[in-house]
Amino acid sequence: MHDTISTPRILVFSTEKISDPGIDQAGLRKIHYSPAVYTISVPCSSCVKPRWILHAFERGFDGVFIAADGIECSYSPHCSDQTNALIEEAQRQMKERNISPKRIRMAAICSVCAEPFANHMANFTKILTELA
Amino acid sequence: MAEQKRVGVYICHCGGNISDYVDVVALRDELAKDPDVLVSKHLQFACSDASQKEMEKDIRDQHLDAMIVCSCSPKLHTHTFRNVAARSGLNPYKYVQVNIREQCSWAHSDHSAEATLKASGLVRAGKERVLNAEALIPIRVESRQAVAVIGAGVSGMRAATALADMGEEVFLIESAEKAGGQVGSRAKLFPDNSSGAALVERMQGEIRKRPGIKLFTKATIQNVSGSLGNFTVKVSVGGGETLSLNAGAILIATGYDDYKPLTDEFGYGSGPNVMTLPEFNALLESGSGDIRVGGRAVKRIAYIYCVGMRQVKGPNAYCSRACCTAAISSALAAHERAGGLDIFHLYRDIRTYGKQESFYERSSKAGDSYLMYSEKSPPKVEQKGASLGITVKDSLTAKTDIELEVDLLVLVTGMVPRSDSGNIASLFKIPRGSDKFFNEIHPKLRPVETVINGIYLGGSCQGPKTISESVQSSLAAASKIFGVIGKGTIELEPIVARVHEADCSYCGKCAKVCEYSAITEAEHGDRRVAIVNSSACVGCGICAPVCPSDAIDLARYTNAEIESMIDAFAAASGIVPSASGEGDASGKESIQMKEFPARWNTMLAAIGDEAMSIPAIAGATGFDAQDVTFEVMTMVKYRVLVPKGIDDDDEYYSYQRKW
Repeated sequence: MHDTISTPRILVFSTEKISDPGIDQAGLRKIHYSPAVYTISVPCSSCVKPRWILHAFERGFDGVFIAADGIECSYSPHCSDQTNALIEEAQRQMKERNISPKRIRMAAICSVCAEPFANHMANFTKILTELA
Repeated sequence: MAEQKRVGVYICHCGGNISDYVDVVALRDELAKDPDVLVSKHLQFACSDASQKEMEKDIRDQHLDAMIVCSCSPKLHTHTFRNVAARSGLNPYKYVQVNIREQCSWAHSDHSAEATLKASGLVRAGKERVLNAEALIPIRVESRQAVAVIGAGVSGMRAATALADMGEEVFLIESAEKAGGQVGSRAKLFPDNSSGAALVERMQGEIRKRPGIKLFTKATIQNVSGSLGNFTVKVSVGGGETLSLNAGAILIATGYDDYKPLTDEFGYGSGPNVMTLPEFNALLESGSGDIRVGGRAVKRIAYIYCVGMRQVKGPNAYCSRACCTAAISSALAAHERAGGLDIFHLYRDIRTYGKQESFYERSSKAGDSYLMYSEKSPPKVEQKGASLGITVKDSLTAKTDIELEVDLLVLVTGMVPRSDSGNIASLFKIPRGSDKFFNEIHPKLRPVETVINGIYLGGSCQGPKTISESVQSSLAAASKIFGVIGKGTIELEPIVARVHEADCSYCGKCAKVCEYSAITEAEHGDRRVAIVNSSACVGCGICAPVCPSDAIDLARYTNAEIESMIDAFAAASGIVPSASGEGDASGKESIQMKEFPARWNTMLAAIGDEAMSIPAIAGATGFDAQDVTFEVMTMVKYRVLVPKGIDDDDEYYSYQRKW
């Protein structure tokens, strides 16, 4: 493992059509965030399986962030509720493994949310550092 | 023995956009050591013709069975490299694009060593994903060369003529008795004061000239089935005959409704002297000379803006954008019809954007008074005999209460979703936003497409628009439709959900969350299982996490693909940077490479403990000076070397070992 790196490692699930362009824009505008942030694109935040979240923790990630479409989701008006439900299920399983539920976060990231995304990463990094 | 994998890895410099911050050579070398990787290269511009040809040659000559390109955002070049794969006989879905520019080199340009480490994880994750990816076959469907346009307002009519001119047959379906929609009843239109009825008549004339357009009025849609390329729309015409229309694509252009104020909202319904803007426009058009309401000549008019719009607590949180201009236009028309009017505009914000600003200027010059109110203290309206008393707290003049006595109050109402938009959404399975207008895939990047392949949006059914904006969007949709169905054959992404029947014992949870009715129950041996209708599935994957037995997944997003990516992110890289890029906590600065390239060792041996210039290093090692320059710059980036200033002859910078 990267024993010289102490920055919390964050896995981001971001949505291809809405959140990904926002995260790309952060790079385009050279708005920096932690290089320990890794992103996996998915069609919709409601398709993230709790087992993937658990897998990330098992493999040493310190936090999982779901960059959701919120009310802008083009697939389902109930997307936020669905995503909340799967996060609750993931948190239930995390508790069984003594993983703090604070290690998972969700926020709506739209296609122009470059700065909000970087801010979320900075705040989450701080929270995860304090949890360590 | 496991079959040897043959992956090709191509890492792009992007002309320095990537390689200025990420050590692409180190990445190339790391991947070259991977037993699954047969070809590992770094390229100046992966998207250039020369690079594409090089990839094609490698795929053919080296019999590559998978390929990853590590460059920019997948949004830019996924199709470029899928085509490279397809041209060389490789399945396009055995290709993965890894974003090491927007989400790595640019985002971490302040930490280049860490950017290289992250890129290493991203590239290895891409390799794992492509190894686990299935060779999918795009879904090819034949398409009917016909389009069903739902709604014969200006948006629908304009799109219909454009599509007919492109050679498509058009079914123009209108629920009202005649075509024209809302515009047909508008007296004067921005910016030339032309009549709405005249505009509609002209567009109907254009439709009559094109035999390829079949207009159905008083038509009710009963059922919609099928998918892109072959939709069937069942339409009852005039309450009698039911037609079955076959179309390759559908354009929804159903328009909007005017907001209807609630009883007593700003005095609405309390007398004939309170009316909405559309009602006042109809009154203006109905005669000439003095404007008369309830038998009295109107001399003083007040407009209250944003009625039913921009509600903090109500359902209509949005701005209807066209109504400020429409109200001012109506005031100018009132001045024109009956001189000597006093007109008061009680507004929250005036949004006469672009060319519409000229209307505001003309109205101001005509002597109209503008009073700004806030949503927290809306104007109070009361009947005073034959007149109306209005009290407004003017935000711009010390927030004092101003009392007005007027003959007529016009409520400036905006656009709301049609009352039947829920039925339309349900018939066509298209989602609505929180404002209940139809939702496009992306407001900026894919503004006229819905998540249902083959169903497009035009005009104000997706949100308030001016006539010009409505026509622009419906023409955009017409172009998009022709681009998709015009060739007669359509290739669809095979990204759909799949059920693993062996693990499924139908519980219905997946079907319940599917917004598109794509999942149904079927017999499978002695059990009931879920089955997916791939033509109805939109590839959202919402069904997958709710399955209690993990029996359903989405192509390209399988457990194997996602979990192997996570594994690769977490696994150790062959490139190990220091903790902060500046040194470890003890203050002792660490080197960043586990293992130096051989050339570096030769150069470092030549440098020894002294400072040395690039020509001196080249002389001592026999390496080409340009190669030495590149390697020295890379070593400086990794803090293996540090610049020690200009040499004794004041000619070259010299460099010294850092550790």
